[in-house]
Formats: sequence, C-alpha cells, structure tokens
Amino acid sequence: MPRVRVQAEAFDIGRELESLTVGRNDVGAVASFTGLVRAANDGAAVTAMTLEHYPGMTELALEAICAQAMARWDLLDVLIVHRVGPLLPGDRIVLVGVSSAHRGDAFAACEFVMDYLKTRAPFWKKESTREGERWVEARVSDEDAAARWE
Amino acid sequence: MVTLLYFASLRERLGASREHLPLPAGTATVERLVDHLRTRGTRWSDAFAPGRTWRVAVNRQMADPATPVKPGDEVAFFPPVTGG
Repeated sequence: MPRVRVQAEAFDIGRELESLTVGRNDVGAVASFTGLVRAANDGAAVTAMTLEHYPGMTELALEAICAQAMARWDLLDVLIVHRVGPLLPGDRIVLVGVSSAHRGDAFAACEFVMDYLKTRAPFWKKESTREGERWVEARVSDEDAAARWE
Repeated sequence: MVTLLYFASLRERLGASREHLPLPAGTATVERLVDHLRTRGTRWSDAFAPGRTWRVAVNRQMADPATPVKPGDEVAFFPPVTGG
C-alpha cells in the first residue's frame, strides 16, 4: 500500500526505507532516490530555500503517481516523503523508495516516480541568494524526462 | 460561488492567495473565468497574459482552459511546478 507524506520535519532515510521491508520476506529489491538542496544553482550561491505546496492536492497528486507506478510495474510498495517550508543547503528535500521482488522494476519505477513528481506534483521552490529571493524556473529537461514514460 | 486559490509566484504577483467569487454569468470554463480575472486590472491581465505560463487545477485535479467550472468548485492557479 503506497504511502505518501508531505511534512516540514526532516526524515531519517534508513528508517523510512526499512519500513518497506520490515516484517516481510518477499522483497528482493529496494531502490531509492534522495533529492537535496544544492548550495549553487544557475550560477548563484543558494543560502536557503523555501518549498511551497498545495495542501490537499499535493498529496492526491503523489498518491496518483504511486498508483500509476504500481499499475505499471510489479511492485510491492512505494513510499514518498517530501519536505515543505524552509530548508538549507545540504538538507534532504525528497525521498522515494520502491520495493519489488526484482531490481529491474524497482529501478524503473523509482525513476518514473521522480520524473512524474517533478512535473506533476504541486510544489514550488523559492531560493534565497545574495542578490535576493527568486522562484526556481521549471526546466524543459524535466518535462522531457517525464515524457519518456508516455 | 467558486473558491480561487493562487500559489507561488502567481500568488505574489497578484497579492492574493485565496478568495471566494460569485461565478459571473456565462463563466462555464476555466478560460472564461480567466477572461473575467483579466478585467480586474493590469496586475491581473499581465499575470494571465497570453503566452505567460500558468497552470490550473479544478477540484485538485490538473485541468486546462477548456475544463468546465461550476458553482462550488475549487480552482487553483499556479506556475509550472518545481518540486523534488
């Protein structure tokens, strides 16, 4: 049963991924992705970042992405944890964990979930730099990455 | 009435995050609703200018200009998403 959480608090990667396998012996593979705040973006030093979301819709969008992944690959579970609010360089933003009997499905589904999350889940990043604050622009390369799965 | 929500750079540009609006007569789609919002002044007509990139969700599902809008709906406007 996929689980989705949007939260201000930091998360523990080990504990989150362990939840995909605890109490079961049918899992042969866990693939995961962790996204972090970089200290530099588009040629500027980033001193802080704020993540905004659409409470209610964001969770629905993430659940829909998990459901698509479950339907498309042979998966045992999917987990998405995404932080919102103020973050600093080095902080983790997002964790996607996918469990399956075999690695192929887990790797592919993990990449799919991230590609769709980046283009379909309502989150917006605002960066603080020395020159002031700026909203992060959506990238065409993210749209291209998501389009690969269609 | 419809509930309108604005997020991120659009929220800042418009100086509005949430409002309740009596649905003007003949406003049956997102496109007609945006036409109405554009009449509110330069700030609004600029934010929703043709060619400017905005996204819309109706009742928390991604939508497009042709999506129907009816009383009681929640319509959210925002820029392209940048999470992850």
